Amino acid sequence: MLTVYIILDGYDFGAGIIHLFFAKKEKDKKAITNAIGPFWDANEVWLIAAGGVLFFAFPTLYASSFSGFYLPLIMILWLLIFRAVGLELRGQVHNKLWQLVWDKAFGIASLLLALFFGIALGNVVRGVNLGMVTDGSSTHEAHYFFLPLWNPTFSPTTEHLGIIDWFTILLGLVAVVALTIHGANWIIFKTNSDLNHKLKKTIFKLNLLLLVLVIISLSIWHIIEPNPFHNFIEYPWFWIFPIITFIGLFGLFKVKSFKRDGLGFLFSSLFLFGGLTTTVASIFPKLLPSTNTVNPSLTVYNVAAHEYGLSVGVYWFVIATILVAIYMFVQYRVFKGKMDDVGYGEH
Amino acid sequence: MEDMIFYDRMQFAFTITFHYLFPQLTMGLSLMIVYFKWKFLRTKIDKYNDAAKFWMKIFALNFAMGVVTGIPMEFQFGTNWAKFSELTGGIIGQTLAMEGMFSFFLESSFLGLFLFGEKLLGQKLHFLTGFLVFLGSWASGYLIIATHSWMQFPVGYEILENGKFVLTNFSALFSNPWLMPAYLHNQFASIITSSFVVAAIGAFYLLNNKHNDFGKLFVKTGVIFGLISSVLVAFPTGDWTAKNVAKHQPVTFAAMEGIFETEEGGSEIVLIGQPDMENKKLDNKIAVPNVLSFLTYQNWNAEIKGLNEFDESVHPTNVPGLYYSYHIMVGLGTIFIGLMGIAALQLYRKKLYKTKWVLWSLLFMLPFPYIANTTGWYTAELGRQPWLVYNLLKTSEGISPTVSSGNTLFTLLGFIGLYLLLALLFLMLAGKIINKGPETSNQ
Repeated sequence: MLTVYIILDGYDFGAGIIHLFFAKKEKDKKAITNAIGPFWDANEVWLIAAGGVLFFAFPTLYASSFSGFYLPLIMILWLLIFRAVGLELRGQVHNKLWQLVWDKAFGIASLLLALFFGIALGNVVRGVNLGMVTDGSSTHEAHYFFLPLWNPTFSPTTEHLGIIDWFTILLGLVAVVALTIHGANWIIFKTNSDLNHKLKKTIFKLNLLLLVLVIISLSIWHIIEPNPFHNFIEYPWFWIFPIITFIGLFGLFKVKSFKRDGLGFLFSSLFLFGGLTTTVASIFPKLLPSTNTVNPSLTVYNVAAHEYGLSVGVYWFVIATILVAIYMFVQYRVFKGKMDDVGYGEH
Repeated sequence: MEDMIFYDRMQFAFTITFHYLFPQLTMGLSLMIVYFKWKFLRTKIDKYNDAAKFWMKIFALNFAMGVVTGIPMEFQFGTNWAKFSELTGGIIGQTLAMEGMFSFFLESSFLGLFLFGEKLLGQKLHFLTGFLVFLGSWASGYLIIATHSWMQFPVGYEILENGKFVLTNFSALFSNPWLMPAYLHNQFASIITSSFVVAAIGAFYLLNNKHNDFGKLFVKTGVIFGLISSVLVAFPTGDWTAKNVAKHQPVTFAAMEGIFETEEGGSEIVLIGQPDMENKKLDNKIAVPNVLSFLTYQNWNAEIKGLNEFDESVHPTNVPGLYYSYHIMVGLGTIFIGLMGIAALQLYRKKLYKTKWVLWSLLFMLPFPYIANTTGWYTAELGRQPWLVYNLLKTSEGISPTVSSGNTLFTLLGFIGLYLLLALLFLMLAGKIINKGPETSNQ
């Protein structure tokens, strides 16, 4: 569900970043807000729903990670609010300064959100000091922790970790570039804007940058996880995930020759899906690794809710998922094709 | 530790109070928009469709505020109340996750269609999308109150050795005797807010001599919806809810009613007075003998246990706060019935649109349903203290063990600043929409 959220709201963030750096003319800005206008709030519901499902299926993980990543999570909330406000309010008052302020709020919040989500992923891969062990003994219950925003060394391998270190920042950059590409693809898919031609060139360049960043990340991965391939050796079918990632990544290099505008979006979705699932597969069955030897990592098995609750949960979850699929089908069908004439934000 | 609990509580109280200013309007207003749209389909008079479209704009703005202030609510269970979430997540996580899966998707998908899809969908389907938005928002209220009811009156659970609550009976969550009275009480209260808002905007137009047709329609609709909901919120739903409290939380009941001593031969109902917690009595009280016993048990002489009879350790944490919240809610509720009754009478005599003082009263009454709704929730929440899960889990046992009070104060201040900005923007934009008024279509 988190993967779906990242793919869907990811294009919103990406569109925001494009908006910040590439949309100079009012017409281009309109095109971008039209392309995401009717969808963004439904996309954000995926975050709430994913949070809810995490809450009931893995209460211990929810409690541990939400309190441990307290500061960045609250900041993500603030950014989401700023972003929504910027997007909704810019069209409400016809004044250049007003629109400038909300444009920037929307764009910068989108950029920071993309960065934060990458950093979050980095934190999950790297792991945290569960139980807040100092000098070999836990100072809190084994599954609780708290991370400051950074530590003075910005190192991912010390005992006193921070949210932001050079490793998580690197993944943050990967996320920013990947989501910018994703957002650009969505704009191309949903509009006939003048920007589209320029965006295709940009995607090509950004994709080169993305490839370089991915290669750097992979080459230093062993510092975080000395044995990154063990899961892929144990479960060979896991290779499907990195393969999907690279199909997405290399497919995007052909962006200029695509006849259908939706193809680019498909490939960037594949890249995001593959990238996230590969990461999860590489730490499986861990969900939040422990960086100390005193307390065990949080895994799929030790944080799940009680059996009965999970089994009823599955029933309504399946029903709800079918309903959601129907809503999305209806929604995307009504707003199919190009969105240039929706007139978003002018109501 | 005390500081940690205090700031966690303050942050939750502040963010939920601010958040609930918005859903209480959207739930009631969605019903009224569906009504306008339905009237239009039946009569084909454009005025009704224009009214629906006008209120849709207000609704959309409110809904957006509800969404952006609602996401922090769900996050805060984990960020600030981690221990509570860990112990009870298997149960309240169910209803909260269902809210996300069943109602938020429904609301948000169809709101987009409702706002932008009128031309694409045609009138009948457009009505249907409006109805689905209404359904989603009411389902959301239902699941939140199911969660709330479980905390007030836990059912269908078992406590394991490690202190975790596990679900043993899913359907018990929805047949909880606390749920239906509380849900209906809350929904009628939400219709009160929307009726008073609709009536106040109508009165504003009439007193301004602007958009008179719409002014009359809004005042009329607001008064009819307002009278019905004001009565139903008190009786039977408020009555049921109070009886539940009397039965299952007698100490809370005594505190909110301001009854310190058990009285032989029946308890009085306190109208006004200030709790003096140091001397365990009520100062300057005005009360009517025996009425509380009658209202609660239909027996003028029934015994109601006073607060002083319970051990102080089980008293609600903030008795005066609880007492005032409850009395403000009930007092305002009574005024609502009175004002709407008079307005409905004038409407029936076809004099309402000319009776200036009633129109002015309707206009100035606008903020009070918000206060009544808020104090109503304070009554429920302060009444449950010092428990998170009544009689089973203390509030002090539910906080996040690793989040320091300094960090919580930091985020609380951030929320206060951000929400002040949101409030300003909201008022400015709502004012703009209202000042511009409904647009008449030329179809």
